[in-house]
Amino acid sequence: MTSQTCSPQTRLVEVRTKILKENDVVARSLRQSFREAGVYVVSLVSSPGAGKTKFLEETLLLLRGKYRVAALVGDLATDNDARRLARAEVPVKQITTGTTCHLEAEMVRTALAGWNLRDLDLLFIENVGNLVCPASYDLGENLRLVLFSVTEGEDKPLKYPTIFNTADLAFITKTDLAEVTEFDWAAARQNIETVRPEMPILGVSAKSGQGMSDWLELIGLRLRQSREHV
Amino acid sequence: MHELSIALSIVDIAGEESDRRGGVAVLAVHVKLGPLSGVVKEALTSAYELAREGSPVAQSRLVIEEAPLVIRCAQCETEEPVPSVYDLRCPHCGTPSADVVSGRELEVTAMEIQE
Repeated sequence: MTSQTCSPQTRLVEVRTKILKENDVVARSLRQSFREAGVYVVSLVSSPGAGKTKFLEETLLLLRGKYRVAALVGDLATDNDARRLARAEVPVKQITTGTTCHLEAEMVRTALAGWNLRDLDLLFIENVGNLVCPASYDLGENLRLVLFSVTEGEDKPLKYPTIFNTADLAFITKTDLAEVTEFDWAAARQNIETVRPEMPILGVSAKSGQGMSDWLELIGLRLRQSREHV
Repeated sequence: MHELSIALSIVDIAGEESDRRGGVAVLAVHVKLGPLSGVVKEALTSAYELAREGSPVAQSRLVIEEAPLVIRCAQCETEEPVPSVYDLRCPHCGTPSADVVSGRELEVTAMEIQE
């Protein structure tokens, strides 16, 4: 603890406290519980309407025969998304955030109460549709996916560099519409590369199924790798 | 807009620190913000004015220091500052790098107190 004199009455004292320390502490403890239970946790962030819920719904349907999967879904007000995901007949829980524009680690911990993590292989956490606020909050996840659709335009990564930089994997969704929107793949890839060098990119259409088998293969691989490293 | 909840956390941290020092008056709270913190300086400044109202640190100013963006280059084995999040490549050899050494800071670093 150092101090220096500013004027006869005032003093500058060092503090050094992370502003989100409470979230970080909870996120660390979640990460520890996930590791101990052998569950691999994937979070999804995107702007509203990028197709997170549809993508997750298809993912759960395709994975449920092979893995024990579950999902938490954050939403400002409705439980529409949770009801949609429940159609996959896997455990789904809604986190209603009210006016909060992002999920925090404590919300995840509360939502998980009553679930035995050892009963799961993969847990998906769908964040609130927002490409700004979720960037700052660690949820204890192993993998953060950032999604944007071909209808949103190639420059999304340049407009929201922070969320792209904090993510591990980029998904370009609704690729079945790429042709009609004259989506420029090279520009999109270049823009992602600019704000997050070397980030893997996958193009998917949850509707046509395009790209989904690559994604399932990848998630299976990541799950196995995470268990080898325990 | 999550700057208000960030500002409320800053007010809490400063209030606790003031308590710990016997309730000293806090004149200013210094925070360090990285360009990849996900927090916008201007938004945080206005949010702080709201957040401090009615709190034990209601008289305090918020002083924001912007942390540099520094990446590590695996080729050159150096850590160098880069001008922006759109230039994440080594200034020496041009190799892109996602290894951010500094730039995600979101912390209270110091307080000006009156004793």
